[in-house]
Amino acid sequence: MILAHLLNEPVGVSHYLVVGAIMFVCGAVCMATKRNTLGVLMGIELVLNGANINFVAFGSPYLQRGGSALGLEGQLMALFVIVLAAAEAAVALAIALNFYNNYNSIDIDRGDQLQG
Amino acid sequence: MPFSAESISTLLAIAWLLPLASFTVIVLSGRALGRTGKFASVLATAAIVTGFALSLVSLVIWHGSDHATAQGGAPHEAAPAERETHASLDNVESGVHSGAPLIQLVAAEVSTEEGGYTADAAGDHDTQKLPTYYAGDWYALGVFGDLRITIGYYVDALTIIMFCMVTLIASCIHFYAIGYMHDELHDFTDSEVTLASGEKLTRPGRFHRFYQYMSLFCFSMLGVVISGNMAMVFVFWELVGICSYFLIGFYIERKSASNAANKAFIVNRVGDFGMIIGLMALWGSLGTFSFGDTAGPDGETRAGIFSLVRPKTLEGQANEHRLVVPDGMVQWAAHEQVAGVVLDHPDDLAAARSQIASQTPDWRDDGYGYWLLVIAGLGIFCGCVGKSAQFPLHVWLPDAMEGPTPVSALVHSATMVAAGVYLVARFFPVLAPEVLLVIAYTGCITLFIAATIAITATDIKRVLAYSTVSQLGYMMLALGLGGWVAGVFHLITHAFFKSLLFMCSGSVIHAVHSNEMTDMGGLLKKMPITAMTMLVGCLAIIGAGIPLSTIGFSGYYSKDAILEQAWSFASVNPMHNALFFVPAAGAAITAFYMFRMWYMTFLGKPRDQHRYDHAHESPRVMTTPLIVLALFAMAVAWPVFGLNGLIESARPAGTLATADGGALMPNLIIPNEHGNHVDAVRVPAGLIAFGTAMFGLLLASAIYWWGLVDPNEIRRQFRAAHRFLLGKWWFDELYEVIFIRPTLFVSRCISGIDKKIIDSLIDGLALATRKVANVWDAVVDRRVVDGLFNGVAYRTWDVALALRVVQTGKLRQYVMFIVIGTVALFVLVSIVRSYALAG
Repeated sequence: MILAHLLNEPVGVSHYLVVGAIMFVCGAVCMATKRNTLGVLMGIELVLNGANINFVAFGSPYLQRGGSALGLEGQLMALFVIVLAAAEAAVALAIALNFYNNYNSIDIDRGDQLQG
Repeated sequence: MPFSAESISTLLAIAWLLPLASFTVIVLSGRALGRTGKFASVLATAAIVTGFALSLVSLVIWHGSDHATAQGGAPHEAAPAERETHASLDNVESGVHSGAPLIQLVAAEVSTEEGGYTADAAGDHDTQKLPTYYAGDWYALGVFGDLRITIGYYVDALTIIMFCMVTLIASCIHFYAIGYMHDELHDFTDSEVTLASGEKLTRPGRFHRFYQYMSLFCFSMLGVVISGNMAMVFVFWELVGICSYFLIGFYIERKSASNAANKAFIVNRVGDFGMIIGLMALWGSLGTFSFGDTAGPDGETRAGIFSLVRPKTLEGQANEHRLVVPDGMVQWAAHEQVAGVVLDHPDDLAAARSQIASQTPDWRDDGYGYWLLVIAGLGIFCGCVGKSAQFPLHVWLPDAMEGPTPVSALVHSATMVAAGVYLVARFFPVLAPEVLLVIAYTGCITLFIAATIAITATDIKRVLAYSTVSQLGYMMLALGLGGWVAGVFHLITHAFFKSLLFMCSGSVIHAVHSNEMTDMGGLLKKMPITAMTMLVGCLAIIGAGIPLSTIGFSGYYSKDAILEQAWSFASVNPMHNALFFVPAAGAAITAFYMFRMWYMTFLGKPRDQHRYDHAHESPRVMTTPLIVLALFAMAVAWPVFGLNGLIESARPAGTLATADGGALMPNLIIPNEHGNHVDAVRVPAGLIAFGTAMFGLLLASAIYWWGLVDPNEIRRQFRAAHRFLLGKWWFDELYEVIFIRPTLFVSRCISGIDKKIIDSLIDGLALATRKVANVWDAVVDRRVVDGLFNGVAYRTWDVALALRVVQTGKLRQYVMFIVIGTVALFVLVSIVRSYALAG
């Protein structure tokens, strides 16, 4: 019923949210299932960008009814997230490289020294 | 007057405080004074010599001012009115035993004195004036309503005479001790103390400590003399006691010295106990300790003890300073009547007060409060008995010989024992006739006992010690018989010749290194200065002089004055004849033992050749004080110097008149001292004094100089008596049995109770506490408290172990947890929200 409702409506915030949610869930599943470190990193990127779609959707003046004066808050937040994601990716890749140097592998399940 | 009264009290105060300053400096710097503490002697001597100079200046000021000149003349040159009295006394003297003319005598006496005593201090100079004094307070220690305890002064001629005497003799002794104590400048080997290892004790010298205590001693004694109230006297009295304790126990390592110091201190405590009772009697009933009238902080004059006991006017009538029971004592004794009056006026306190005041004379006439006056007098005298080594507390003084000889000289002449006689003299106006009789008999017994013991003593210092006790007995006797001037006079002259004798004996001991006269003999050639000065001392103490003239050694004047007073007392109180005969016999014994000592020491063949060969005259620092004191011992009482007149001017108001006995012994008569100048008294007393002294002197010469009788033979003949005297009348043994043994027994019993009962009780308590604590520890602490904390810790541990499983270290699992947790949170929140909205 919700799907039918969405298909009947003109494209609005809800549609973007659905896309963002699907991306977020895909990313989370990717993080939870991939043994390859690079796969996990890709999952993280999906999660972050799922959130970014929400930001942009909420921030877009076209999608808001009424709208605010400038309407760039969502985009700004998205840009911040992108920058952070880039930095995080750099660090994470460095860690992955070091991990590979030590274990000759990027299987994330082998990095379990912190178990209790 | 360029110098006011205040200047005298200020001068004396400086003289008094200088030794304290020296004491403080020596205490604080100790050995730092020069390499061996030698500078201490300079400091102490400078302090006391300056004190003497200041005392001398105040004497000159006093002599030059009005009050002293008004009656400064010797009693021999009495005012015309007084001559009349003597004439009337002359008339009655022949029939003195009938008793009837005595009333006439008393009446004449009173009328004579009236002119003097009613005259104001500012009156004309022809009449005899009141003995003037200056009294005041420097500092109030405590004020309790009307009651005040102060540091004050009471300065009259007696104070100044005592200051001069004490500081002069102390100065001589300070100089002398520089020579005598020089052994103490370096490490000192005490030949009388053997250590456990068999060696003689060697210790650092205590030269500075000696002077430190000497300074404190002088300060305390001068404090007693300048004191303006009884509380202050008591403080310095005790200070004198503790100083004598320090000095007698100077060679503290010697068992005998520490025992002697303890004995002196403890025996004095016995007397001081009585003194405290006397103080309480005065304080409780009169509410003041001051001797003289002093100005309070509010400017109003507060009556002192003397003017309360001997008021100038009583109940609106002239009283001429006769002894009366003060209102305070009367009301204290009649407290039941006072309570009755107060109950009759429950609301009107002022009316009750005025009625009490109006009834007080009646109560006084009924005899209320007289016993309180007697108790106060006896109590104060008790303290003097201890300090002045009177029977029965005389036992400490001979043992006090354990101190260094300069200390003996100081203790026996100017300070400790003089304090007792001084206090009796100072307190004389308050002493009731009954108390005076007790004092007289105490002195009489003391002088006889001590004189007899001195006969057999062989220790040169012990002979002198007993002679001191004996002479103190004379002073007390004189004061007790009403011979105020005679007693004080003898105190002064005795101080000079006794310090001289002691310092001579110290010089001899210094030369032969022995106290025993059996080690001496023939020393006249070896030490002529010591021998001659000691001869002067001996002649002075036996009262050598030309009978019935005014030429003689100092003791001649004072001892004759005492015997004259004893004669006139015995002649008006026939039942107290012994009070004349005993001192007369004592004079013979005094002459005997003094010359026995001199002959044994300086004449005859040396008994110990080795000691004789090593004997030598003492250094000049020791002989110079001897010569100075010998001059004083010879001449201090000469009428030229007016000492007698000066003492006469210090006589307490109202004590010159012939006094009747009080409520307890109404028949007692204390004769007027000025009555002694008539030939009926002077001639027989003087001749008897001369005769007895000559008898003793000749006897001593016969036995110990000319060798007419062998002393050993006498000893054999009177073996029992000799042993009795050698045993000092067995007083020490008696006290041992009566007091010391029972005390020790009781203390042993008490210590037994302490150890057996109290200790076991305490130990048991401690044990029980420990048991309880053990149980408590095991049950509560270990089980409950520890269990609680351990249990919490174990549970925490278990939980942690259980949670450990979750920490797998698998990153993918953690992501799962996060997702599941987030979803669970959403579910939870939605459920709660739906419930909340539904609610």
